Amino acid sequence: MTNSLKDVGQADVILLTGTNTVENHPVIAQMIKTAALSGDTKLIVVDPRDISMARYAEIRLRPGPGTDVAWLNGMAQVIISEGLWDKEFVEKRTEGFEEFRRSAKEYTPDLVHEITGIRPAELRKAARLYASAPSAAIYYAMGITQHVTGTDNVMAIANLAMLTGNIGRPGTGVNPLRGQNNVQGACDLGALPNVFPGYQKVADDTVRKKFEKAWGVKLPARPGLTVVEMLDAAGRGDIHAMYVIGENPVLTDPDANHVEAALEKLDFLVVQDIFLTETAEYADVVLPSSASVEKEGTFTNTERLVQRTRAAVEPPGNARSDMEIITDLAGRMGYEQKRTEPAEVMKEIASITPSYAGISYNRLARRGLRWPCTDGKHRGTKILHGKKFARGKGRFHPVDYIEPDEMPDKKYPFILTTGRILYHFHSGSMSRRSRPLKEYVDHGSAEINPSDARCLGIREGSPIRVNSRRGSVDTTTRISSRSPQGVVFMNFHFAEQPVNKLTNPALDKAGKIPELKVCAVSIESL
Amino acid sequence: MADTIIRMNGKRVSASPGHSVLDVARKNKIFIPTLCDNPQLKPAGYCRVCLVEDLISGRLITACDTVASSGMDISTESPRVLNARCRMLELILMNHPETCVICEKGNTCELRQLASGYGLALTSEDRIGCLEAIVDANPFIHRDLSKCIGCQICVRACREIQGAEAIEFTGKGLRGRPLVAGGGELSGSACELCGLCVSLCPVGALMERPTSHRGIEDRSAAVICPYCGVGCSLYLEVRDNEIIGVRAGVPGSVNGPSLCVKGRYGLDYVGHTDRLTQALVRKDGELTEVSWEEALDLVAKRLGGIIKKHGPDGVGVLASAKVTNEENYLIQKFARAVIGTNNVDHCARL
Ligand code: SF4
Ligand code: SF4
Repeated sequence: MTNSLKDVGQADVILLTGTNTVENHPVIAQMIKTAALSGDTKLIVVDPRDISMARYAEIRLRPGPGTDVAWLNGMAQVIISEGLWDKEFVEKRTEGFEEFRRSAKEYTPDLVHEITGIRPAELRKAARLYASAPSAAIYYAMGITQHVTGTDNVMAIANLAMLTGNIGRPGTGVNPLRGQNNVQGACDLGALPNVFPGYQKVADDTVRKKFEKAWGVKLPARPGLTVVEMLDAAGRGDIHAMYVIGENPVLTDPDANHVEAALEKLDFLVVQDIFLTETAEYADVVLPSSASVEKEGTFTNTERLVQRTRAAVEPPGNARSDMEIITDLAGRMGYEQKRTEPAEVMKEIASITPSYAGISYNRLARRGLRWPCTDGKHRGTKILHGKKFARGKGRFHPVDYIEPDEMPDKKYPFILTTGRILYHFHSGSMSRRSRPLKEYVDHGSAEINPSDARCLGIREGSPIRVNSRRGSVDTTTRISSRSPQGVVFMNFHFAEQPVNKLTNPALDKAGKIPELKVCAVSIESL
Repeated sequence: MADTIIRMNGKRVSASPGHSVLDVARKNKIFIPTLCDNPQLKPAGYCRVCLVEDLISGRLITACDTVASSGMDISTESPRVLNARCRMLELILMNHPETCVICEKGNTCELRQLASGYGLALTSEDRIGCLEAIVDANPFIHRDLSKCIGCQICVRACREIQGAEAIEFTGKGLRGRPLVAGGGELSGSACELCGLCVSLCPVGALMERPTSHRGIEDRSAAVICPYCGVGCSLYLEVRDNEIIGVRAGVPGSVNGPSLCVKGRYGLDYVGHTDRLTQALVRKDGELTEVSWEEALDLVAKRLGGIIKKHGPDGVGVLASAKVTNEENYLIQKFARAVIGTNNVDHCARL
């Protein structure tokens, strides 16, 4: 997030898109809801599904799945043609405006209507409300990024924020909501194929030299593969061994049949986890690790806030922390990791990661710090891009609408979109082992619009089979007008309904995110 | 606006503009009992336990919703105050069911604490019977509204803090009850089962399930919720290495008093019998328990062999959005410095 959660209530307008906040980020939803109820913050909710946040919205748009670039450009078009853009901000702080203006021009409300189904008057209303607010914030999540055009979608959002000067002040910004408790931290600390900790590029010679010196070894310069690419490479026989820690790709990655085949093909698979997950079933070695509440350490939340977490209980049996396991193994492979206490490791991180340089356990004892925190006196950064952008001027990136990779056709007439529900989490390995959560909801379903259900001749609870080009999944029907006509929603928490057997692994070229939010399926009654 | 000066229990104290008599008392460490007050909610004045006397006007006033104004001379402990306060408490106790003695809320019940402080017990006269059934309508919340004292904290919190407006208060005073807005049960309503109301109910009317006695914690620790990216803090209460309670309200936390259903009720997976406790190695097709020594030596040997044969890029490492920053750092360092590959990623995109 460019901004922090503290300033949710300071926004005059919040545009929520591609985030079913109530179910995925419940406590942020609570902040937004109370802001909306106070009357000081107006909400614009843009989502194909009729999510519960819509109840609090001033304006409600329901574009078809995968049409985000179109309506975002359309908002920009209205704002430009009605002269509502922030001329001073655009002039002083950005570049590439003219080119953007030209490219946005064709996205007239009528064209947008054709592509997205949003009525022209509604689009105009939303554009005016967003542009005329003294401060307006955009919040989004995977509904924006899990598309082949994910990166384009994010750029279209950034364009809109820059166009209206809604960057760098309280109550504004471009705010992605991160899904898992430490997904932000894992990215920050370099668990990515192209960057070291702090997003320092592996391909950059100076950076690499610094890390080579700090770690005392020669380091590879060529960026590595992403998860989906690694599994592809395994399937082709280019990757021979994988070491999987606390992840469950069999359930969470697109095209599960393909993932399973790839894992089968590996010469050697190590899985390190707290439970025997669906992925661990394929392992040659399984290492028992400790749960997060059994460790000392830090996590970084969606607003870049680095916080301490403490060991509340002891791990069971002979389970060990991931830190202990990995340092032990490094030792056996000939590398001595000298610092082995969490606080000491943080010192090592701070010494080579500029954005974490000022972070230490002493400082975190009482409250968290938001990075960048560049030295021991720096108080952390609540709002990014305050006076200038990291790269100097903010650049407009003209983007064009492209259809999702796989659109419905005669054979597969429905769009499948996937996500989470409030009561479960990710692959369910944790939440399904919680007694009350399991007691409350313990099976998946497919949410189908009433009129589609009528056409298909199915009722609430009817067993159905959902088919895509990649596989089939049996589940039960849940009839709800939350899903628009022609769209089916399924969650991926339940191994018995492995939704990712259906999803499309087509990747966004830049972000390498698979298009989990749109694929074509057919439905048959069982 | 400048502070005003009032007298409280004979002492001159200053009151900031807009502060209530209760605020002033708290600031000066003078105790006034309350039942329907919660510092995170707007004052309500329902329970009337916070009655104090203004010696100038001779009136009894509720401290929580009366703004301190200059010239007041407040007594928090005058005989009239004590008398009235005890009458209020007695009235509440009179409406309280006999199941009080076996209530799992025990000595954490604020009503019981006050009653015992003032030497009151359940009074036997005019006891209003326990009419409402005890409800376990969902796996999270145990409801016994015969114990409700009508403080409306649950309803106010649902509206003011949670923004959900899932429950509303029906009826008046001690006989009123919180009900699901629009009728019906909680599941199927706007309720998200966040459990805020349960955590704030001062008595045993709303309680967490299971309600069987699990003892008093021997320690507690502040952890970050292991589920989503909001980063809520919570206290885990632990007894004999088992989590027996979850509480919000960690100072400086993102979430304040709030949590969602997963954070508040979903952490018992930690103690699940499915937890892996021993390293496993596949032998003759079966995962077989082995020592750490054997498992790690095997991993080192096999990875070493594959690196030798196919080069370091023949190995891929998946780090995790569930492990700590320090662990992610060491995992990517392991991939890059020990194995020698940049093939390291995690499910950021999934
Ligand atoms: S249920 Fe509890 S919190 Fe709600 S009104 Fe009754 S006593 Fe107060
Ligand atoms: S309590 Fe709920 S909202 Fe808070 S971090 Fe946990 S899962 Fe997320």
